[in-house]
Amino acid sequence: MSALVQLVDVAKGFAGTTALHPANFSVERGKTTVLIGPSGCGKSTLLRLIIRLIEPDAGTVDFDGAPITPDNIDMLRRRIGYVIQEGGLFPHLTARANVLLMARHLGKAADEMRERLSELCELTRFSENLLARYPVELSGGQRQRVSLMRSLMLSPELLLLDEPLGALDPLVRASLQKDLKEIFSRLQQTALLVTHDLAEAAYLGDKIVLMNEGRIVQQGSIVDLREKPADAFVSEFLNAQRSLAIL
Amino acid sequence: MRRIRKAGKQEGNIPFRRWKRRLFFFSCVPAFLIFESSALLADPIIIGSKKFTESYVLGEIARRALNDSGIVAEHRQGMGGTIILWEALRGAQIDAYPEYTGTIAQEILKTDRQLSIQEIRGALARFGIGITEPLGFNNTYAVVMRRDESQRLSLRTISDLQKHPELKIGLTHEFLDRHDGWQPLRERYQLPQQNVIGIDHALGYAALAKGSIDVKDAYSTDAKIGENDLVVLEDDRQFFPRYEAVFLFRLSLPTSTIAVLRKLEGTLDEARMTRLNAEAERTKNYTRAASLYFGSGATSTSAAGESFPHKLARWTLRHLELAGISLLLSVIVGVPLGILASRGGGIGHAILGFASVVQTIPSLALLALLVPVPFFGISARTAIAALFLYGLLPIVRNTASGLQDIAQPIRDSAIALGLEPVARLRKIYLPMASRSILSGIKTSAVINIGTATLAALIGAGGLGEPILSGLNLNDHATILQGAIPAALLALLVQSVFDLLDRALIPKGLRL
Repeated sequence: MSALVQLVDVAKGFAGTTALHPANFSVERGKTTVLIGPSGCGKSTLLRLIIRLIEPDAGTVDFDGAPITPDNIDMLRRRIGYVIQEGGLFPHLTARANVLLMARHLGKAADEMRERLSELCELTRFSENLLARYPVELSGGQRQRVSLMRSLMLSPELLLLDEPLGALDPLVRASLQKDLKEIFSRLQQTALLVTHDLAEAAYLGDKIVLMNEGRIVQQGSIVDLREKPADAFVSEFLNAQRSLAIL
Repeated sequence: MRRIRKAGKQEGNIPFRRWKRRLFFFSCVPAFLIFESSALLADPIIIGSKKFTESYVLGEIARRALNDSGIVAEHRQGMGGTIILWEALRGAQIDAYPEYTGTIAQEILKTDRQLSIQEIRGALARFGIGITEPLGFNNTYAVVMRRDESQRLSLRTISDLQKHPELKIGLTHEFLDRHDGWQPLRERYQLPQQNVIGIDHALGYAALAKGSIDVKDAYSTDAKIGENDLVVLEDDRQFFPRYEAVFLFRLSLPTSTIAVLRKLEGTLDEARMTRLNAEAERTKNYTRAASLYFGSGATSTSAAGESFPHKLARWTLRHLELAGISLLLSVIVGVPLGILASRGGGIGHAILGFASVVQTIPSLALLALLVPVPFFGISARTAIAALFLYGLLPIVRNTASGLQDIAQPIRDSAIALGLEPVARLRKIYLPMASRSILSGIKTSAVINIGTATLAALIGAGGLGEPILSGLNLNDHATILQGAIPAALLALLVQSVFDLLDRALIPKGLRL
């Protein structure tokens, strides 16, 4: 089975500095790929390039075998879910209206939407009673569940998650990690997750892509990274995180 | 006798009058420009009047007479003094106005001689200006006394005073000092009275009523003469110059128009004019006073004498119309401009810069600038255009800043969902900026209600009408008739918008 997303020599610079050196990597169907690395390594930039929140300076991004262009991007975005760390919910809309926004915009049938909504509530373990609330009336964890529902509403082929659990306290975070893993496996969801937490990457990721200073340093399973580090930085990154875990 | 036109108004307090004059100077700026453009419009006959009660009333009478003859006429009330009216008439910015023969001789033709109507007519013809025959009354200095006293002593003329040296005479200080005042009068008539005191004009009437004095100077059409039941002693030796009221008009007017003005000749004697002036000062309603000229008091009261609630309703509706239409235009234009401006860059800066510059133009100056523009002129359009421009900045700026304040993660989410740009604006950005946009609209609305009072300066009506005529009359009550409703209206608009906030700002943004 071919990759759902394929990046070929994609590069990006901001104001004279290189944010992303020409990068090549792919997101396999049905798998969870994790982008990891220290702050400013270019992992979020890579995610934003795929959904075209920023335009690449060079290279191509293929989605489902065809290159993403400014012309087809709005259509493709409807096949991609996008969850960010926080603040992504529209404050003037209730949780329900946030989740249903695109479906309503595309004129989906009310029955179909209602059914899908309760499916999603069950999947993300979000109480239907809370759907009438506005984002400010929800906790951080509840808001991320709503964000997740909104991104899954149209059954996207690809789910992009940019540090979705970064702003949550450890207990909520642990519970959501577990739920995410379950959701991904139940839906056989193709997902690309950005995190700086190695434990989260190891727990959720089928494939880990380690980045540093705008370059992809190594790709593979957590075992590959641990056993066959590509360079000193890989060992250093893994050791730093492990020592934290031991403490 | 040069300052004779101030009949009955000497008692105004000085600082206020000085300020009033300054204000009038400003109001003349747009007024002059108005006249320029009125020639372009060329539709109605424009009657001017000077800034005192009698002139207002005569102007109204002329307007009404023309209207009754099926001629469209407008009355520009209280435009200023002799020179302004004369220049406006010569420049064809007005078509006719009421004037006095003595003033024409002294201030327009610059002569100290008494001129006959024929002489004046000949001199004015060179300027293309015509003059009617006298309307019938002579507004000049007069010598007055109590009616009962005059009957008791059988006094009818000033000469009759020779027979009663015991009479006490109270004169205004101005009349005592004038070279055409008391001294030459006493010489002409060889008056024997020794008991002569100087007394303020208004106090003199009170003194006369109480009997402290028996004779005083007055203006022949002073309303007080009728109110206090006084009689004017006949100037049987023609001492006082003639200040006979006439209409001056442009000779190029249609003959039918001139004919209507000439029909007013000889129809107003002193007693009648005095009554009309009294009515105007009592009611502050010139239309109603003028209507007394045309018919019985009863019919005129119902026809032209508009009741206060009715007038208030008319002013208020007009005011709301001016402010409302201009606000609507500001919103229709301002919100899209604000959306453009929110994107920043050269265009954004240009838009905000333009709106800011407009805001710094004083409102009177903006009106004055718009009046000469052909499409605008002296119409409500000009007022609405000016108010519209003033309303722009708060709306443009608040729309732009409301949109710019939307956080990047929200924008990213809206884009990443696959919403097209228009849908993003309509479903996400504008609702999120609604509080800011509405508060801009609210600011504009309140500013508009206040600024719309200036619309009266260019004849567009509204609550500025009583304010302006109150300022001209130095009459606080009339000013307040406009100022209080305008203030209440601003408060009302404010609360309506507070309610609107609840209806239009999404609940999620109000939690």
